[in-house]
Amino acid sequence: MDSSLFLSQLLNGVQLGVLLFLLSSGLTLIFGIMNFINLAHGSLYMVGAFIGAAAFNASGSFVFAVMAGMLASAAVGLLLEHGIARPLYRYDHLYQVLATFGLMMFFNELAIVIFGSRPYYAGIPDYLSGAVTVFGSPYPVYRILIIVVGILVAVGAWYLIQKTRFGMLIRAGASNSNMVSVLGVNIDLLKKLLFMLGAALAGLAGALAGPILSVQSGMGEPVLILALVVIVVGGIGSIRGALVAAMIIAIIDTLGRAYMPQLLAPFMVPTSANAVGPALASMLIYILMALVLAFKPDGILAPRKR
Amino acid sequence: MNALALSTKGLVKRFGGLKATDDVSLDIRPGELHAIIGPNGAGKTTLINLLSGELSADEGAVLIGSTAVSGLRVQGRVGQGLLRSYQITSVFDDFSVLENVCLAAMRHRGIRFAVWKPLTAYEDVVEKAKTVIAQCGLEDVQNDTVSSLAYGQRRQLEIAMALAAEPRILLLDEPMAGMSSVEGGAAIELLRSLKGRYTIVLVEHDMNAVFSLADRISVLVYGKVVATGSIEEIRNHPDVKRAYLGDDADA
Amino acid sequence: MMDRLKNGVWLIPLLFLVLACIPFIADALGEPFYITFFARVLIYALAACALNIILGFAGLVSFGHALFIGLGCYAVGILGFFDISNGWLQLLAALAVCALVALFVGTVCLRTSGIGFIMITLAFAQMFYFLMVSMTMFGGDDGLNIFMPSDFGFFELSGSREVYWATWAVLLLLTIFLFRFRKSPFGLVLRATHLNPRRVNALGYSVFKVQLAAYILSGMITGVAGFLLANLTAFASPSYMSWHMSGELIVMLVIGGLGTVTGPIFGSIIYLVMEEVFKGITQHWMLLMGPLIVIIAMLTRNGVDFMKLLRINTNPSEGVDRADETKPAAAGDAS
Repeated sequence: MDSSLFLSQLLNGVQLGVLLFLLSSGLTLIFGIMNFINLAHGSLYMVGAFIGAAAFNASGSFVFAVMAGMLASAAVGLLLEHGIARPLYRYDHLYQVLATFGLMMFFNELAIVIFGSRPYYAGIPDYLSGAVTVFGSPYPVYRILIIVVGILVAVGAWYLIQKTRFGMLIRAGASNSNMVSVLGVNIDLLKKLLFMLGAALAGLAGALAGPILSVQSGMGEPVLILALVVIVVGGIGSIRGALVAAMIIAIIDTLGRAYMPQLLAPFMVPTSANAVGPALASMLIYILMALVLAFKPDGILAPRKR
Repeated sequence: MNALALSTKGLVKRFGGLKATDDVSLDIRPGELHAIIGPNGAGKTTLINLLSGELSADEGAVLIGSTAVSGLRVQGRVGQGLLRSYQITSVFDDFSVLENVCLAAMRHRGIRFAVWKPLTAYEDVVEKAKTVIAQCGLEDVQNDTVSSLAYGQRRQLEIAMALAAEPRILLLDEPMAGMSSVEGGAAIELLRSLKGRYTIVLVEHDMNAVFSLADRISVLVYGKVVATGSIEEIRNHPDVKRAYLGDDADA
Repeated sequence: MMDRLKNGVWLIPLLFLVLACIPFIADALGEPFYITFFARVLIYALAACALNIILGFAGLVSFGHALFIGLGCYAVGILGFFDISNGWLQLLAALAVCALVALFVGTVCLRTSGIGFIMITLAFAQMFYFLMVSMTMFGGDDGLNIFMPSDFGFFELSGSREVYWATWAVLLLLTIFLFRFRKSPFGLVLRATHLNPRRVNALGYSVFKVQLAAYILSGMITGVAGFLLANLTAFASPSYMSWHMSGELIVMLVIGGLGTVTGPIFGSIIYLVMEEVFKGITQHWMLLMGPLIVIIAMLTRNGVDFMKLLRINTNPSEGVDRADETKPAAAGDAS
C-alpha cells in the first residue's frame, strides 16, 4: 500500500468528516431537542453553497462569500422554523416529514429556475488554491482549510454547549425538553436560535463544500442521507456522537471506496473485484449502521433520556 | 383452583441514586387477595411494574408459582397467567368496547395472525368477552367506541381487559382511582366476586376497598415493606400509623 | 337499503367498475395514453395500499418503501437479463427477495422508534439505491432495459392494456383482502400497536413480531407493484427506489386517508392527476407541487380526511357493529 496515497485518502476522509459533522451537528440538535424531522436541512446546505458561490463570483472575497452563505442559510432557516416547523412541533413526525419533503422539492426546483440545471461554478481565491506538503506528499491547501475550520467549529461547539447558558439550556432540552419550558425560558426564542444555528452550520458546510463538490440542484440529498446515518449511529441529540460518528463514517467511506477493489483482490477475479468493489464500498456505511443499531439501537453516544 | 402463588425475593430497583424498591420480599398465596398500601411515592407502581415485567429488577427474583420469571419479559409472564391493569387507563380508544375485550380474550386461541375472518365473528372469543363485559357492567356500551365512554366506564374496561385474558394472577394498580363512590362500590363488589378464583395483588389508596376485600395487607414505605399481616394487625401496627400520619389511617 | 348505502360497501364494486371502464373510454377517445397513465396510477395505488398496512394501520412512517418497488422491478430486469422471462419465476423471485429484505430491514428498524425508524428505513432504501447504481452490469444509473415481457403461460404482460388489467385484478383482490384484514385478529392487533403498544405487550402479544410480520407482508405486496411497473415501462432503474418515490407514496396515502381501505386508491388518482395537470402548466411543476405538499401536510396534520370532506366513506363496514355509524363522537374510521 502506497503510504502517501493512503495519507491523502485519510485526510480526504477527515475533511469529509468535517463537512458531515457541520451538517449533522445542527441536525442532531434539531431532532434531539425539538423532536423535529427536517428533511429540508439538505436544502439549507444547498442554499449556503449557491449563495456562497454566487457571492464569491460577485465579490472575489472568500470570507465574504462564506459569511454570505451562512447568513443566507440562517435566514432561510428562520423562515422555515417560523412558517413550517413551529406549526408542526406537536404533531406526528409523519407530517413533518411530508412538509419538509415538499419544501425540499420546492427548493430543488427553485435552484434550477434561478441557476439552471448545470453545475454552478464555485471558485476559490488564489491564496487557497495551492498545495502544501504533508508528511512528504502534496495536499490541497483548501482541504486543509476545511479541516481547520472543522476543528474550530468543534471547539466552538464544545465551548458553546458546555460553558454558556445557551448551551446549558440545550443540554437540558436534550434530556428533558418539557422541563426546560416549565423553567420559564423563552422556548420560542430558544428554538429559533437553535434552528438558525443548525442552518448556519449547514450553510457553512455548503459554502465550504461548493468548490470541491459540485454546486447544483439536489446536492443536498446525498449529504443529508449521510448526515442521517451519522446521527443515527452517533445518537440523536448528541454532538459528541455526531463528531465521532461523522469521522468514523467519513473515513470508512473514503478509504473503502479507495481500497475496496484491492482488499477484495486476493479473494476474487480482478474483473469481479472491480465490479463488486464499488458496490460494496457504497454499502459499507449502511452495513456499519445496521451493525451499530443491532447492538446499540439508540446510537453509540446517545444522551440518556428520562 | 387456577390461581398461582406469586413471590419475590429481595427485589431491588434503583433509579440513579434512588432506591425505588428496597429489598422487597413478598409471599402472596394462591387465591388470596393481597393489598399493597402505602403513602404516595412509596414505590407501589414501580413494584407492580417489576412484577409484571415492564421493569427489570437490579437485584432479586420474581417467582410465579415455583418458576423463576425474572428473565422473562412482559409477554412471557403473561403467558404464565400474570395480567395487570393500569393506574392510568390504557386501552384502545379507537376500537369498540367489544373489540377491546375480544383482543384480550383471544390470547389463548392462537389466532393473532389470522387475517380473514373478523375478530368479532369468532364465537368462542366473543362469548368469553361478553361474559366479562357483563361481569363488569358494560353490556349497555359494548358496541360503543371507547373514546366516548365515561371515565368510570373506562376504569371498568381496564379491569375487564385483564379479566378477559384468562389470568391466574391479577395485578391491579389503583383500579378505583378517580371513581365516584357509587362506581367504587360496584367495583368493590366485582372484585369480591373474583376472590378465591384468582390470586389478586391490589394496590389501592381507597381504604374502604382495602379493608373490605383484603385477606392480607403489605405496607410499602419508601420502597421497603414495613409490615405484612391481616387487616387487624395492620390497623394496629405502630409503624403503619406513623407512616400514614395525616393520611387515611382513620379508616 | 339506505343502511347499506351508508355503510359504503357498495363503494368497492362501484370504484372498480369505474376503473374497469377506463380502457374502453380510452379506446373510444382514441387516446391509448390514458391506459398507460392509469395503469401507472393503479400500480402506485397498489404500492400505496401496501404502505397503508404499516403506515396507516401501525403508524410506522417508512420513508424507504420505494425500495420494494425497485426490488420488484429488478427481479424482472435481472432475470430478464439472464433470459428468464417466465412470469411465475420472476414473481416468485420478487416476492422472495422482498420478504428477505423486509425481514432484515424490519428487524433492524423496528427496534428503534419514531424518528429513528423513519431515518433508518430511508437509509436502507438509499443503500440499495447506491448498490444498483454501482452495479454497472445491470445498467447502473442509466437503468436496465427489459426486452421480454413477463410470460405466465396463458398470458403475457406485453402491453399497457395487459398490465392495466393485471394491476386492476391484483388491486381488487388486495382491496377485498384489506377490507377483511382491518377487522381480523391480526389487523386489530396491528392497529392496536399504534394506539397503545404498551397495552398490546401487556396482553401477551409481541409488538415487534406483529409489526415485523406486517412489514414483510407490506414489502412483498409492494414488490408486486414493482413487478408490474417493470412490465409497464419495460425498464428497471435505481430511480424507482429513490426517496422521491417513497415520499410520493406517503403523500398519496395522506391525501386519501391513513388507515382506510379505499383511501390510498383515491389518493393515488388525485396525486397523479394533479401531477399531470401541473406538468401541463410548467416544466418546473415541482415549484407548484412542493408547496402543495406542504399545504397538504398542514391541513391533514390533525388526521383530517379529504375523503370524508367529499362524503366518501373509504372504510366500508360490514354493518355488524355500528360503533362508527351511531356515535357522533366517533371518527369515521373508528371501527
